[in-house]
Amino acid sequence: MKTKKVVGRIFLYLLVVLACFAFLMPILWIVFSSFKTQSELFAWPPKLFSMSPSFDNYRLAFSSGDFGAYFFNTSFVAIVATVITVVINTMAGYVFAKYRFKGDRFLFMMVLATLMIPLEVIMIPIFKVIVATHLYNNLWGLIIPAAASPTAVFLVRQYYLSISSSIMESARIDGASEWRIFTSVMLPIGKPVMAVLTIISFMWRWNDYLWPKIIINNKQKFTIQLALANFSGEYSVDWNSLLAMSVVSMLPVIVVFLIFQKHIVGGMTTGAVKG
Amino acid sequence: MKTWEQRLFPYLMLLPMLLIFTVFLFYPAVNGLWTSFHKWDGVNPAKFIGWENYVNLFQDTAFWKSVGRTLLFTLISVPGIYILGLALALLLTTSIKGRSVYRAVFYLPCLISSIVVGLAWRFLLSEDFGVVNYLLTIMGGKPVRWLTDPRNALVAVAMISIWSMAGYYMVMFISGLQTIDTEYYDAASIDGANGWQRFLHITLPLLRPTSLLVLVLSTVAIIKTYPLVVALTGGGPAGATKFIVHIIQETGFEKYKMGYASAMTMVLFFLLMILTLLQFKFSRGGKTNEN
Repeated sequence: MKTKKVVGRIFLYLLVVLACFAFLMPILWIVFSSFKTQSELFAWPPKLFSMSPSFDNYRLAFSSGDFGAYFFNTSFVAIVATVITVVINTMAGYVFAKYRFKGDRFLFMMVLATLMIPLEVIMIPIFKVIVATHLYNNLWGLIIPAAASPTAVFLVRQYYLSISSSIMESARIDGASEWRIFTSVMLPIGKPVMAVLTIISFMWRWNDYLWPKIIINNKQKFTIQLALANFSGEYSVDWNSLLAMSVVSMLPVIVVFLIFQKHIVGGMTTGAVKG
Repeated sequence: MKTWEQRLFPYLMLLPMLLIFTVFLFYPAVNGLWTSFHKWDGVNPAKFIGWENYVNLFQDTAFWKSVGRTLLFTLISVPGIYILGLALALLLTTSIKGRSVYRAVFYLPCLISSIVVGLAWRFLLSEDFGVVNYLLTIMGGKPVRWLTDPRNALVAVAMISIWSMAGYYMVMFISGLQTIDTEYYDAASIDGANGWQRFLHITLPLLRPTSLLVLVLSTVAIIKTYPLVVALTGGGPAGATKFIVHIIQETGFEKYKMGYASAMTMVLFFLLMILTLLQFKFSRGGKTNEN
Protein backbone atom coordinates (compact mmCIF):
# COMPACT_ATOMS: atom_id res chain seq x y z
CA MET A 1 0.00 0.00 0.00
CA LYS A 2 2.73 2.43 0.95
CA THR A 3 4.94 1.70 -2.06
CA LYS A 4 1.90 2.14 -4.27
CA LYS A 5 1.39 5.60 -2.83
CA VAL A 6 5.04 6.53 -3.34
CA VAL A 7 4.94 5.36 -6.95
CA GLY A 8 1.79 7.39 -7.45
CA ARG A 9 3.44 10.52 -6.12
CA ILE A 10 6.54 10.04 -8.25
CA PHE A 11 4.25 9.65 -11.24
CA LEU A 12 2.44 12.90 -10.35
CA TYR A 13 5.67 14.87 -10.08
CA LEU A 14 6.87 13.40 -13.36
CA LEU A 15 3.68 14.61 -15.01
CA VAL A 16 4.05 18.11 -13.57
CA VAL A 17 7.66 18.40 -14.66
CA LEU A 18 6.76 17.20 -18.14
CA ALA A 19 3.91 19.71 -18.35
CA CYS A 20 6.12 22.55 -17.12
CA PHE A 21 8.68 21.63 -19.75
CA ALA A 22 6.03 21.71 -22.50
CA PHE A 23 4.67 25.08 -21.41
CA LEU A 24 7.90 26.83 -20.50
CA MET A 25 10.44 25.50 -22.98
CA PRO A 26 9.02 27.12 -26.14
CA ILE A 27 9.05 30.52 -24.42
CA LEU A 28 12.54 30.05 -22.96
CA TRP A 29 13.84 28.93 -26.33
CA ILE A 30 12.62 32.16 -27.89
CA VAL A 31 14.09 34.25 -25.08
CA PHE A 32 17.49 32.53 -25.31
CA SER A 33 17.43 32.70 -29.10
CA SER A 34 16.99 36.46 -28.98
CA PHE A 35 20.58 36.69 -27.67
CA LYS A 36 22.05 34.63 -30.52
CA THR A 37 23.98 35.82 -33.52
CA GLN A 38 22.47 35.39 -36.97
CA SER A 39 24.52 32.29 -37.78
CA GLU A 40 23.66 30.72 -34.44
CA LEU A 41 19.94 31.29 -35.07
CA PHE A 42 20.03 29.16 -38.18
CA ALA A 43 22.69 26.70 -37.04
CA TRP A 44 22.12 22.96 -37.26
CA PRO A 45 21.94 21.36 -34.77
CA PRO A 46 20.20 24.23 -32.96
CA LYS A 47 21.50 25.01 -29.47
CA LEU A 48 19.63 26.54 -26.55
CA PHE A 49 22.45 28.81 -25.40
CA SER A 50 24.44 31.22 -27.46
CA MET A 51 28.26 30.92 -27.44
CA SER A 52 28.56 34.71 -27.43
CA PRO A 53 25.30 36.10 -26.05
CA SER A 54 24.78 39.79 -26.71
CA PHE A 55 22.15 42.48 -26.79
CA ASP A 56 22.95 43.19 -30.45
CA ASN A 57 19.51 42.05 -31.61
CA TYR A 58 17.86 44.38 -29.14
CA ARG A 59 20.09 47.25 -30.18
CA LEU A 60 19.29 46.49 -33.82
CA ALA A 61 15.55 46.39 -33.17
CA PHE A 62 15.51 49.72 -31.37
CA SER A 63 17.89 51.54 -33.71
CA SER A 64 17.02 50.35 -37.20
CA GLY A 65 13.25 50.21 -37.08
CA ASP A 66 10.77 52.46 -35.34
CA PHE A 67 10.40 50.02 -32.51
CA GLY A 68 10.68 52.79 -29.93
CA ALA A 69 7.73 54.57 -31.54
CA TYR A 70 5.68 51.36 -31.65
CA PHE A 71 6.45 50.75 -28.01
CA PHE A 72 5.37 54.28 -27.14
CA ASN A 73 2.15 54.00 -29.20
CA THR A 74 1.23 50.71 -27.56
CA SER A 75 1.98 51.99 -24.06
CA PHE A 76 -0.05 55.14 -24.65
CA VAL A 77 -3.04 53.21 -25.98
CA ALA A 78 -2.92 50.48 -23.35
CA ILE A 79 -2.52 52.81 -20.36
CA VAL A 80 -5.00 55.54 -21.38
CA ALA A 81 -7.56 53.01 -22.62
CA THR A 82 -7.29 50.97 -19.44
CA VAL A 83 -7.83 54.04 -17.24
CA ILE A 84 -10.88 55.13 -19.27
CA THR A 85 -12.26 51.60 -19.42
CA VAL A 86 -11.99 51.04 -15.69
CA VAL A 87 -13.44 54.45 -14.79
CA ILE A 88 -16.49 54.59 -17.06
CA ASN A 89 -17.51 50.94 -16.66
CA THR A 90 -17.09 51.03 -12.90
CA MET A 91 -19.34 54.11 -12.77
CA ALA A 92 -21.96 52.42 -14.94
CA GLY A 93 -21.85 49.04 -13.21
CA TYR A 94 -22.11 50.70 -9.81
CA VAL A 95 -25.18 52.68 -10.80
CA PHE A 96 -26.88 49.63 -12.31
CA ALA A 97 -26.31 47.78 -9.03
CA LYS A 98 -27.22 50.49 -6.54
CA TYR A 99 -29.81 52.84 -8.07
CA ARG A 100 -33.37 52.47 -9.29
CA PHE A 101 -34.26 55.04 -11.93
CA LYS A 102 -36.51 55.44 -14.92
CA GLY A 103 -35.30 53.19 -17.73
CA ASP A 104 -32.75 51.29 -15.63
CA ARG A 105 -33.98 47.87 -16.71
CA PHE A 106 -34.22 48.85 -20.35
CA LEU A 107 -30.72 50.34 -20.41
CA PHE A 108 -29.22 47.36 -18.64
CA MET A 109 -30.92 44.90 -20.99
CA MET A 110 -29.61 46.89 -23.94
CA VAL A 111 -26.06 46.58 -22.60
CA LEU A 112 -26.53 42.88 -21.84
CA ALA A 113 -27.88 42.21 -25.33
CA THR A 114 -24.53 43.16 -26.86
CA LEU A 115 -22.54 40.96 -24.49
CA MET A 116 -22.52 38.20 -27.09
CA ILE A 117 -21.44 40.41 -29.99
CA PRO A 118 -17.67 40.30 -30.47
CA LEU A 119 -15.70 42.87 -32.44
CA GLU A 120 -15.19 40.29 -35.17
CA VAL A 121 -18.90 40.43 -35.94
CA ILE A 122 -19.17 44.21 -36.16
CA MET A 123 -15.80 45.10 -37.68
CA ILE A 124 -17.29 46.42 -40.93
CA PRO A 125 -19.82 48.89 -39.42
CA ILE A 126 -17.28 49.86 -36.73
CA PHE A 127 -14.94 50.91 -39.52
CA LYS A 128 -17.73 53.04 -40.97
CA VAL A 129 -18.27 54.84 -37.65
CA ILE A 130 -14.51 55.28 -37.14
CA VAL A 131 -14.17 56.97 -40.51
CA ALA A 132 -17.22 59.18 -39.89
CA THR A 133 -15.90 60.32 -36.50
CA HIS A 134 -12.42 61.07 -37.94
CA LEU A 135 -10.79 58.48 -35.73
CA TYR A 136 -9.24 56.51 -38.60
CA ASN A 137 -5.45 56.34 -38.35
CA ASN A 138 -5.72 57.94 -34.95
CA LEU A 139 -4.56 56.38 -31.69
CA TRP A 140 -7.73 57.72 -30.02
CA GLY A 141 -9.62 55.52 -32.47
CA LEU A 142 -8.02 52.57 -30.70
CA ILE A 143 -8.71 53.95 -27.25
CA ILE A 144 -12.27 55.29 -27.20
CA PRO A 145 -14.50 52.89 -29.16
CA ALA A 146 -13.67 49.75 -27.17
CA ALA A 147 -13.72 51.55 -23.81
CA ALA A 148 -17.39 50.77 -23.21
CA SER A 149 -17.40 47.11 -22.26
CA PRO A 150 -20.63 45.24 -21.48
CA THR A 151 -18.59 42.49 -19.82
CA ALA A 152 -16.94 45.00 -17.51
CA VAL A 153 -20.26 46.68 -16.66
CA PHE A 154 -21.67 43.27 -15.85
CA LEU A 155 -18.73 42.27 -13.64
CA VAL A 156 -18.85 45.54 -11.69
CA ARG A 157 -22.61 45.30 -11.25
CA GLN A 158 -22.34 41.73 -9.94
CA TYR A 159 -19.65 42.85 -7.53
CA TYR A 160 -21.61 45.78 -6.10
CA LEU A 161 -24.79 43.71 -5.84
CA SER A 162 -22.94 41.56 -3.31
CA ILE A 163 -22.19 44.64 -1.17
CA SER A 164 -24.77 45.94 1.28
CA SER A 165 -26.34 49.34 0.60
CA SER A 166 -26.61 50.18 4.28
CA ILE A 167 -23.31 52.10 4.27
CA MET A 168 -24.73 54.32 1.54
CA GLU A 169 -27.82 55.01 3.61
CA SER A 170 -25.87 56.05 6.67
CA ALA A 171 -23.60 58.25 4.55
CA ARG A 172 -26.71 59.89 3.09
CA ILE A 173 -28.06 60.59 6.58
CA ASP A 174 -24.72 62.21 7.37
CA GLY A 175 -25.42 64.55 4.48
CA ALA A 176 -22.90 63.20 1.94
CA SER A 177 -23.67 63.87 -1.73
CA GLU A 178 -24.18 60.91 -4.09
CA TRP A 179 -20.90 61.67 -5.83
CA ARG A 180 -19.09 61.77 -2.50
CA ILE A 181 -20.65 58.48 -1.42
CA PHE A 182 -19.34 56.96 -4.62
CA THR A 183 -15.81 58.38 -4.53
CA SER A 184 -15.02 58.07 -0.84
CA VAL A 185 -17.12 55.12 0.31
CA MET A 186 -18.03 52.76 -2.53
CA LEU A 187 -15.03 53.19 -4.83
CA PRO A 188 -12.45 51.98 -2.27
CA ILE A 189 -14.62 48.92 -1.64
CA GLY A 190 -14.54 48.19 -5.38
CA LYS A 191 -10.76 47.81 -5.56
CA PRO A 192 -10.76 44.03 -6.22
CA VAL A 193 -13.09 44.20 -9.21
CA MET A 194 -11.24 47.24 -10.55
CA ALA A 195 -7.98 45.32 -10.32
CA VAL A 196 -9.52 42.57 -12.40
CA LEU A 197 -10.75 45.07 -15.00
CA THR A 198 -7.32 46.69 -15.07
CA ILE A 199 -5.47 43.51 -15.89
CA ILE A 200 -8.04 42.25 -18.38
CA SER A 201 -8.14 45.60 -20.15
CA PHE A 202 -4.39 46.15 -20.17
CA MET A 203 -3.66 42.63 -21.40
CA TRP A 204 -6.22 42.87 -24.13
CA ARG A 205 -5.13 46.32 -25.29
CA TRP A 206 -1.47 45.44 -25.28
CA ASN A 207 -1.92 42.17 -27.14
CA ASP A 208 -4.76 43.09 -29.47
CA TYR A 209 -4.23 42.83 -33.19
CA LEU A 210 -7.60 42.97 -34.98
CA TRP A 211 -8.70 46.39 -33.72
CA PRO A 212 -5.42 48.18 -34.64
CA LYS A 213 -5.41 46.30 -37.93
CA ILE A 214 -8.76 47.86 -38.85
CA ILE A 215 -8.11 51.36 -37.55
CA ILE A 216 -4.40 52.04 -38.12
CA ASN A 217 -2.85 52.12 -41.57
CA ASN A 218 -0.13 54.71 -41.02
CA LYS A 219 3.19 53.02 -40.11
CA GLN A 220 4.06 55.83 -37.70
CA LYS A 221 1.04 54.91 -35.59
CA PHE A 222 1.55 51.14 -35.55
CA THR A 223 1.25 49.25 -32.29
CA ILE A 224 3.82 46.56 -31.49
CA GLN A 225 1.50 43.75 -32.54
CA LEU A 226 0.78 45.41 -35.87
CA ALA A 227 4.48 45.98 -36.45
CA LEU A 228 5.41 42.40 -35.56
CA ALA A 229 2.73 41.01 -37.86
CA ASN A 230 3.84 43.37 -40.59
CA PHE A 231 7.52 42.38 -40.33
CA SER A 232 6.67 38.70 -40.23
CA GLY A 233 4.80 39.06 -43.49
CA GLU A 234 7.86 40.40 -45.30
CA TYR A 235 9.55 38.26 -47.91
CA SER A 236 12.65 37.49 -45.87
CA VAL A 237 11.91 37.52 -42.17
CA ASP A 238 14.54 39.28 -40.06
CA TRP A 239 14.43 36.85 -37.16
CA ASN A 240 17.16 38.61 -35.21
CA SER A 241 15.26 41.81 -34.50
CA LEU A 242 11.87 40.07 -34.64
CA LEU A 243 12.78 37.77 -31.73
CA ALA A 244 14.18 40.65 -29.71
CA MET A 245 11.04 42.71 -30.31
CA SER A 246 8.83 39.76 -29.39
CA VAL A 247 10.62 39.31 -26.09
CA VAL A 248 10.40 43.01 -25.24
CA SER A 249 6.72 43.03 -26.18
CA MET A 250 5.97 40.25 -23.68
CA LEU A 251 7.45 42.04 -20.67
CA PRO A 252 4.84 44.72 -19.81
CA VAL A 253 1.96 42.25 -19.66
CA ILE A 254 3.97 39.87 -17.50
CA VAL A 255 4.88 42.72 -15.13
CA VAL A 256 1.26 43.91 -14.86
CA PHE A 257 0.15 40.33 -14.35
CA LEU A 258 2.64 39.79 -11.53
CA ILE A 259 1.45 42.97 -9.77
CA PHE A 260 -2.24 42.06 -10.01
CA GLN A 261 -1.92 38.27 -9.98
CA LYS A 262 -3.41 37.92 -6.51
CA HIS A 263 -6.64 39.51 -7.71
CA ILE A 264 -6.93 37.94 -11.11
CA VAL A 265 -6.84 34.29 -10.07
CA GLY A 266 -9.63 34.74 -7.56
CA GLY A 267 -11.52 37.65 -9.05
CA MET A 268 -11.57 36.76 -12.70
CA THR A 269 -12.82 33.25 -12.17
CA THR A 270 -15.55 34.11 -9.69
CA GLY A 271 -16.77 36.79 -12.06
CA ALA A 272 -16.58 34.46 -15.02
CA VAL A 273 -18.31 31.55 -13.32
CA LYS A 274 -21.07 33.77 -12.01
CA GLY A 275 -21.45 35.36 -15.42
CA MET B 1 -38.73 61.97 -1.76
CA LYS B 2 -35.61 62.06 -3.90
CA THR B 3 -33.72 65.28 -4.42
CA TRP B 4 -32.97 66.43 -7.95
CA GLU B 5 -29.39 65.41 -7.34
CA GLN B 6 -30.39 61.84 -6.52
CA ARG B 7 -32.57 61.73 -9.61
CA LEU B 8 -29.94 63.03 -11.98
CA PHE B 9 -26.91 61.27 -10.50
CA PRO B 10 -27.43 57.80 -12.04
CA TYR B 11 -27.82 59.24 -15.54
CA LEU B 12 -24.71 61.36 -15.22
CA MET B 13 -22.74 58.33 -14.04
CA LEU B 14 -23.99 56.27 -16.98
CA LEU B 15 -23.45 58.96 -19.56
CA PRO B 16 -19.81 58.34 -20.62
CA MET B 17 -20.27 54.58 -20.93
CA LEU B 18 -23.64 54.80 -22.67
CA LEU B 19 -22.41 57.42 -25.12
CA ILE B 20 -19.48 55.29 -26.29
CA PHE B 21 -21.60 52.16 -26.10
CA THR B 22 -24.31 53.61 -28.33
CA VAL B 23 -22.01 55.10 -30.96
CA PHE B 24 -19.39 52.35 -31.17
CA LEU B 25 -21.22 49.19 -30.20
CA PHE B 26 -24.97 49.39 -30.36
CA TYR B 27 -25.23 51.42 -33.53
CA PRO B 28 -22.65 49.29 -35.41
CA ALA B 29 -24.42 46.11 -34.30
CA VAL B 30 -27.65 47.36 -35.87
CA ASN B 31 -25.89 48.95 -38.82
CA GLY B 32 -24.12 45.70 -39.71
CA LEU B 33 -27.43 44.17 -40.71
CA TRP B 34 -28.29 47.24 -42.80
CA THR B 35 -24.88 47.17 -44.51
CA SER B 36 -25.30 43.52 -45.43
CA PHE B 37 -28.16 44.51 -47.78
CA HIS B 38 -25.98 47.04 -49.59
CA LYS B 39 -23.22 47.17 -52.13
CA TRP B 40 -20.51 49.31 -50.57
CA ASP B 41 -16.80 49.80 -51.24
CA GLY B 42 -16.10 51.75 -48.07
CA VAL B 43 -15.75 55.10 -49.85
CA ASN B 44 -18.61 55.75 -52.29
CA PRO B 45 -22.27 55.85 -51.16
CA ALA B 46 -23.79 52.46 -50.39
CA LYS B 47 -26.37 51.09 -52.81
CA PHE B 48 -29.31 48.98 -51.64
CA ILE B 49 -29.31 45.60 -53.41
CA GLY B 50 -31.72 43.56 -51.29
CA TRP B 51 -30.73 39.94 -50.74
CA GLU B 52 -28.06 39.90 -53.45
CA ASN B 53 -25.12 39.63 -51.01
CA TYR B 54 -26.75 36.67 -49.30
CA VAL B 55 -27.63 34.98 -52.59
CA ASN B 56 -24.02 35.36 -53.75
CA LEU B 57 -22.69 34.27 -50.39
CA PHE B 58 -24.79 31.14 -50.51
CA GLN B 59 -22.99 30.09 -53.70
CA ASP B 60 -19.55 31.20 -52.56
CA THR B 61 -17.66 27.90 -52.23
CA ALA B 62 -14.47 29.56 -50.96
CA PHE B 63 -16.43 31.01 -48.03
CA TRP B 64 -18.22 27.79 -47.13
CA LYS B 65 -14.97 25.86 -47.38
CA SER B 66 -13.55 28.30 -44.88
CA VAL B 67 -16.59 27.81 -42.62
CA GLY B 68 -16.08 24.04 -42.81
CA ARG B 69 -12.37 24.46 -42.10
CA THR B 70 -13.16 26.65 -39.09
CA LEU B 71 -15.58 24.04 -37.74
CA LEU B 72 -13.04 21.26 -38.22
CA PHE B 73 -10.47 23.40 -36.45
CA THR B 74 -12.96 23.99 -33.61
CA LEU B 75 -13.69 20.28 -33.40
CA ILE B 76 -9.99 19.55 -32.85
CA SER B 77 -9.08 22.51 -30.64
CA VAL B 78 -11.99 22.74 -28.20
CA PRO B 79 -11.83 19.14 -26.93
CA GLY B 80 -8.06 19.52 -26.69
CA ILE B 81 -8.38 22.69 -24.63
CA TYR B 82 -11.04 21.07 -22.46
CA ILE B 83 -9.05 17.91 -21.77
CA LEU B 84 -5.70 19.63 -21.21
CA GLY B 85 -7.26 22.42 -19.12
CA LEU B 86 -9.07 19.91 -16.91
CA ALA B 87 -6.04 17.62 -16.64
CA LEU B 88 -3.82 20.50 -15.52
CA ALA B 89 -6.46 21.64 -13.04
CA LEU B 90 -6.74 18.12 -11.59
CA LEU B 91 -2.97 17.94 -11.33
CA LEU B 92 -2.91 21.22 -9.43
CA THR B 93 -5.66 20.23 -7.00
CA THR B 94 -3.64 17.25 -5.78
CA SER B 95 -1.38 17.67 -2.77
CA ILE B 96 1.87 18.20 -4.71
CA LYS B 97 4.23 20.94 -3.58
CA GLY B 98 4.76 24.23 -5.44
CA ARG B 99 1.32 24.41 -6.98
CA SER B 100 1.25 28.19 -7.35
CA VAL B 101 4.51 28.07 -9.32
CA TYR B 102 3.17 25.41 -11.70
CA ARG B 103 -0.06 27.35 -12.09
CA ALA B 104 1.87 30.46 -13.12
CA VAL B 105 3.91 28.39 -15.61
CA PHE B 106 0.80 26.87 -17.21
CA TYR B 107 -0.84 30.29 -17.35
CA LEU B 108 2.18 32.00 -18.91
CA PRO B 109 1.29 31.33 -22.59
CA CYS B 110 -2.07 33.08 -22.03
CA LEU B 111 -0.23 36.30 -21.30
CA ILE B 112 1.51 36.31 -24.66
CA SER B 113 -0.20 37.89 -27.65
CA SER B 114 -1.43 35.65 -30.45
CA ILE B 115 0.96 37.37 -32.83
CA VAL B 116 3.99 36.56 -30.68
CA VAL B 117 2.75 33.01 -30.04
CA GLY B 118 2.44 32.61 -33.79
CA LEU B 119 5.91 34.01 -34.47
CA ALA B 120 7.48 31.92 -31.73
CA TRP B 121 6.05 28.68 -33.03
CA ARG B 122 6.84 29.57 -36.60
CA PHE B 123 10.46 29.81 -35.45
CA LEU B 124 10.31 26.60 -33.41
CA LEU B 125 8.55 24.63 -36.15
CA SER B 126 10.73 25.84 -39.01
CA GLU B 127 11.76 23.08 -41.40
CA ASP B 128 15.36 24.18 -41.77
CA PHE B 129 16.39 25.38 -38.34
CA GLY B 130 13.46 24.60 -36.03
CA VAL B 131 14.21 22.86 -32.77
CA VAL B 132 11.09 20.68 -32.92
CA ASN B 133 12.24 18.96 -36.07
CA TYR B 134 15.71 18.64 -34.58
CA LEU B 135 14.27 16.83 -31.55
CA LEU B 136 12.33 14.59 -33.90
CA THR B 137 15.43 13.64 -35.87
CA ILE B 138 17.52 12.82 -32.80
CA MET B 139 14.69 10.56 -31.63
CA GLY B 140 14.93 8.74 -34.95
CA GLY B 141 12.03 10.40 -36.70
CA LYS B 142 11.89 12.35 -39.92
CA PRO B 143 11.53 16.14 -40.09
CA VAL B 144 7.92 17.18 -40.59
CA ARG B 145 6.71 20.03 -42.77
CA TRP B 146 4.50 21.39 -39.99
CA LEU B 147 3.37 24.64 -41.52
CA THR B 148 4.05 24.24 -45.22
CA ASP B 149 2.16 21.01 -45.81
CA PRO B 150 -1.60 21.66 -46.09
CA ARG B 151 -2.32 18.34 -44.41
CA ASN B 152 -0.35 19.26 -41.28
CA ALA B 153 -0.89 22.99 -40.96
CA LEU B 154 -4.43 22.92 -39.56
CA VAL B 155 -3.51 20.37 -36.91
CA ALA B 156 -0.36 22.31 -36.05
CA VAL B 157 -2.38 25.52 -35.59
CA ALA B 158 -4.85 23.59 -33.41
CA MET B 159 -2.04 22.21 -31.22
CA ILE B 160 -0.58 25.67 -30.77
CA SER B 161 -4.01 27.08 -29.90
CA ILE B 162 -4.44 24.37 -27.29
CA TRP B 163 -0.99 25.16 -25.87
CA SER B 164 -1.71 28.86 -25.67
CA MET B 165 -5.25 28.69 -24.26
CA ALA B 166 -5.35 25.67 -21.94
CA GLY B 167 -3.94 27.63 -18.97
CA TYR B 168 -6.77 30.15 -19.08
CA TYR B 169 -9.43 27.47 -18.81
CA MET B 170 -7.34 25.56 -16.27
CA VAL B 171 -7.87 28.50 -13.89
CA MET B 172 -11.65 28.19 -14.35
CA PHE B 173 -11.53 24.44 -13.78
CA ILE B 174 -9.48 24.92 -10.60
CA SER B 175 -12.09 27.23 -9.09
CA GLY B 176 -14.82 24.84 -10.24
CA LEU B 177 -13.05 21.90 -8.61
CA GLN B 178 -12.62 23.82 -5.37
CA THR B 179 -16.39 24.19 -5.02
CA ILE B 180 -16.84 20.41 -4.86
CA ASP B 181 -17.36 19.24 -1.30
CA THR B 182 -14.62 16.79 -0.23
CA GLU B 183 -17.20 14.80 1.73
CA TYR B 184 -18.41 13.28 -1.53
CA TYR B 185 -14.97 11.87 -2.20
CA ASP B 186 -14.59 10.55 1.33
CA ALA B 187 -17.94 8.82 1.14
CA ALA B 188 -17.09 7.31 -2.24
CA SER B 189 -13.71 6.08 -1.00
CA ILE B 190 -15.38 4.35 1.93
CA ASP B 191 -17.71 2.67 -0.53
CA GLY B 192 -14.61 1.43 -2.37
CA ALA B 193 -14.67 3.66 -5.44
CA ASN B 194 -11.29 4.02 -7.12
CA GLY B 195 -9.83 7.26 -8.45
CA TRP B 196 -11.24 6.87 -11.93
CA GLN B 197 -14.73 6.04 -10.64
CA ARG B 198 -14.65 9.03 -8.33
CA PHE B 199 -13.66 11.26 -11.23
CA LEU B 200 -16.38 9.85 -13.48
CA HIS B 201 -19.24 9.83 -10.96
CA ILE B 202 -18.45 12.77 -8.70
CA THR B 203 -16.05 15.22 -10.32
CA LEU B 204 -17.46 15.31 -13.85
CA PRO B 205 -21.17 15.66 -12.93
CA LEU B 206 -20.51 18.29 -10.26
CA LEU B 207 -18.20 20.17 -12.59
CA ARG B 208 -20.90 20.53 -15.23
CA PRO B 209 -21.51 24.30 -14.87
CA THR B 210 -17.79 25.00 -15.22
CA SER B 211 -17.52 22.56 -18.13
CA LEU B 212 -20.31 24.31 -19.97
CA LEU B 213 -18.72 27.70 -19.43
CA VAL B 214 -15.34 26.45 -20.64
CA LEU B 215 -16.87 24.85 -23.71
CA VAL B 216 -18.87 27.95 -24.67
CA LEU B 217 -16.04 30.42 -24.08
CA SER B 218 -13.37 28.31 -25.77
CA THR B 219 -15.60 27.63 -28.78
CA VAL B 220 -16.27 31.33 -29.24
CA ALA B 221 -12.57 32.14 -28.83
CA ILE B 222 -11.44 29.40 -31.24
CA ILE B 223 -13.94 30.30 -33.97
CA LYS B 224 -12.55 33.84 -33.95
CA THR B 225 -8.96 32.63 -34.52
CA TYR B 226 -7.22 35.09 -36.80
CA PRO B 227 -4.12 36.91 -35.41
CA LEU B 228 -2.40 33.62 -34.54
CA VAL B 229 -2.74 32.45 -38.12
CA VAL B 230 -1.58 35.80 -39.49
CA ALA B 231 1.74 35.37 -37.73
CA LEU B 232 2.04 31.62 -38.11
CA THR B 233 1.00 30.73 -41.65
CA GLY B 234 -0.60 33.82 -43.18
CA GLY B 235 -3.62 31.57 -43.79
CA GLY B 236 -1.60 29.19 -45.93
CA PRO B 237 -0.40 26.91 -47.26
CA ALA B 238 -2.89 27.27 -50.10
CA GLY B 239 -5.55 28.61 -47.73
CA ALA B 240 -5.42 25.53 -45.50
CA THR B 241 -5.59 27.63 -42.33
CA LYS B 242 -7.71 30.52 -43.53
CA PHE B 243 -10.62 30.75 -41.11
CA ILE B 244 -13.82 32.82 -41.21
CA VAL B 245 -12.59 36.05 -39.60
CA HIS B 246 -9.60 36.04 -41.95
CA ILE B 247 -11.89 35.77 -45.00
CA ILE B 248 -14.15 38.55 -43.68
CA GLN B 249 -11.17 40.83 -43.05
CA GLU B 250 -9.83 40.20 -46.56
CA THR B 251 -13.19 40.66 -48.23
CA GLY B 252 -13.96 43.87 -46.39
CA PHE B 253 -10.61 45.59 -46.06
CA GLU B 254 -8.53 44.25 -48.92
CA LYS B 255 -11.13 43.67 -51.62
CA TYR B 256 -13.30 46.56 -50.34
CA LYS B 257 -16.52 44.57 -50.54
CA MET B 258 -17.91 45.89 -47.27
CA GLY B 259 -21.53 44.94 -47.88
CA TYR B 260 -20.61 41.41 -48.86
CA ALA B 261 -18.30 41.11 -45.85
CA SER B 262 -21.17 42.28 -43.62
CA ALA B 263 -23.31 39.43 -44.90
CA MET B 264 -20.42 37.11 -43.94
CA THR B 265 -20.34 38.54 -40.41
CA MET B 266 -24.03 37.71 -40.08
CA VAL B 267 -23.17 34.08 -40.82
CA LEU B 268 -20.40 34.24 -38.22
CA PHE B 269 -22.80 35.73 -35.67
CA PHE B 270 -25.37 33.04 -36.43
CA LEU B 271 -22.74 30.34 -36.04
CA LEU B 272 -21.65 31.67 -32.65
CA MET B 273 -25.26 31.88 -31.49
CA ILE B 274 -26.16 28.37 -32.64
CA LEU B 275 -23.08 26.79 -31.09
CA THR B 276 -23.70 28.58 -27.79
CA LEU B 277 -27.37 27.58 -27.70
CA LEU B 278 -26.56 23.99 -28.66
CA GLN B 279 -24.09 23.67 -25.83
CA PHE B 280 -26.60 25.05 -23.36
CA LYS B 281 -29.28 22.70 -24.59
CA PHE B 282 -26.94 19.73 -24.64
CA SER B 283 -25.73 20.30 -21.11
CA ARG B 284 -29.20 20.87 -19.71
CA GLY B 285 -30.43 17.72 -21.43
CA GLY B 286 -27.66 15.77 -19.74
CA LYS B 287 -28.65 17.14 -16.37
CA THR B 288 -32.32 16.14 -16.56
CA ASN B 289 -31.39 12.63 -17.65
CA GLU B 290 -29.31 12.18 -14.58
CA ASN B 291 -31.87 13.48 -12.13
